[in-house]
Amino acid sequence: MKKTSKAKNLLKGDFLTYLLVIVVYAVFQFMIANGSLGSLYEGLLVPVCIYVIMALALNLVVGIVGELSLGHAGFMCVGAFSGAIFSKITADMITTDLLRFVLAILVGAVTAAVFGFLIGIPVLRLNGDYLAIVTLAFGEIIKNVMNVIYLGVDEKGLHFSMKDELALNLAEGGKTIVKGPQGIIGTPHNSTFTIGVVLILITLVIVLNLIHSRSGRAIMAIRDNRIAAESIGINITKYKMMAFVISAALAGVAGVLYSHNISSLQAQPQNFGYNMSIMILVYVVLGGIGNMRGSIIAAAILTVLPEMLREFQDYRMLMYAIVLILMMLFNWAPACRRFRERYSLKRIFAKKNTKEAQ
Amino acid sequence: MALLEVKNITISFGGLKAVNSFSVSIEKGQLYGLIGPNGAGKTTVFNLLTGVYKPDSGAVELDGQNITGKSTIEINHAGIARTFQNIRLFKELSVLDNVKVGLHNEYKYSTLSGILRLPSYWKTEKQMNERAMELLKVFDLDGEASTLAANLPYGKQRKLEIARALATDPKLLLLDEPAAGMNPNETAELMETIRFVRDNFDMTILLIEHDMKLVSGICEKLTVLNFGATLACGETAQVLNDPEVIKAYLGE
Repeated sequence: MKKTSKAKNLLKGDFLTYLLVIVVYAVFQFMIANGSLGSLYEGLLVPVCIYVIMALALNLVVGIVGELSLGHAGFMCVGAFSGAIFSKITADMITTDLLRFVLAILVGAVTAAVFGFLIGIPVLRLNGDYLAIVTLAFGEIIKNVMNVIYLGVDEKGLHFSMKDELALNLAEGGKTIVKGPQGIIGTPHNSTFTIGVVLILITLVIVLNLIHSRSGRAIMAIRDNRIAAESIGINITKYKMMAFVISAALAGVAGVLYSHNISSLQAQPQNFGYNMSIMILVYVVLGGIGNMRGSIIAAAILTVLPEMLREFQDYRMLMYAIVLILMMLFNWAPACRRFRERYSLKRIFAKKNTKEAQ
Repeated sequence: MALLEVKNITISFGGLKAVNSFSVSIEKGQLYGLIGPNGAGKTTVFNLLTGVYKPDSGAVELDGQNITGKSTIEINHAGIARTFQNIRLFKELSVLDNVKVGLHNEYKYSTLSGILRLPSYWKTEKQMNERAMELLKVFDLDGEASTLAANLPYGKQRKLEIARALATDPKLLLLDEPAAGMNPNETAELMETIRFVRDNFDMTILLIEHDMKLVSGICEKLTVLNFGATLACGETAQVLNDPEVIKAYLGE
């Protein structure tokens, strides 16, 4: 009897997370419809979706696998470029925007997953600080490699070079898609708030259902005690790799969303460098390691915050840091935790249930 | 044919022979004790049997199958499960989930059906829950199924570790100091449980223990280790009265 109620609580927890996303989506759709949301904030809706997905993806590695990855912006970069290249190449062939975009998302996810797998082979042999440093290095390598890639297409097919645009030897009428440091220009603007929210929901389904499945339990068992997990016959490498690859694929999805939201895509330190990886780690840590709902809330608030602080001008980043510290204090202050426990939805629901039972 | 046949396994760390030519033969259904003073090499023997260390020489056979030098995972699949001297539970998982992780290789469904919640997920999860609750009931832990393992009192953590090991459906169960840190009442209760497990699960058990009351109470045969070498081996009562053994424990 006790067990079933526990299972219900667990479902309720997940359910609340989905509900939160959908309600927030509905509210913002409503605000867009009646024009009460400024264009500045409207432009932030897709970035919020991107960083929420990134935070969820990273939380899978940091919270569930229990390893610190500082290279997730690299996977986002892979997804962004592969998705954008796909969209540019097939722009004439597939005319339905939505279909092309869905395919681009799949391409981005698969490419990022492949990179996740390849990088995972050496990286997952390490743990702790070493893993963090090596992922950081791989993230930077990906970003820098993207800056020297030239890719063009003509009637003969794809041309690839790491030297310069001329070395592509394009036939007449061919077009360059990736121009080294100038990146990709003119990617179709397909990302919308609705698609972003749908992708968040899909990400949530994948991550939350994984956690509550047999594989997820194995992954968390490895996190909690590697030696014991091995002693009951759990394949450490397989499950760590599985989580790492899924996380990389989800970061790739966020990347595709990113590249289809801007007109010119370049791999720069601000968007795919380690600052970004650390920014996303901040979302995860602030939202609570292993807490998916917290990641969503933290990522959303912290993406919007710099815009809200615009009126402080030069002091913007200072204010940002102060707000971060306050959030952290507020989040974990004993008085605040007591307050949250007393008025948590779970408890209110439970109270209602017991009343009904009586 | 004995269930576990260990022949002359030896391992050295640097110049130290931690286990020197250790042999043991355990029959199916036996409750076998491994005792000896601190640092005698008892846990090293467990680590050799479960593949944490590979023996420098010698052979280990389980149920006629050679498992010498195999990996921990392969040895678990072959049928050896263990508990640890310093408890190693999955602390952030619930008591129920700890046992369900143990059922990992017994009940399977693919990751994809787990993510998509296909019928096989619901069906297998239900079977897993039932089986895990059955095991928890044996150890009187079913009331705490949803508690985090880290929040269990010490004695129950030890029991949960045994339940988790049993979940892998082993042929041989290795218990590393199951009564360590328990008071006399808890120890007495544990003795009952170990006996119950042996009888009801048709289990063969090899255990390391310092508590002589437990050892003399439930073990049928004993091997005594001292400085990595076998000091004595035989029926419990006989071994415990061996002057050599008494000397090793109490000094001259």
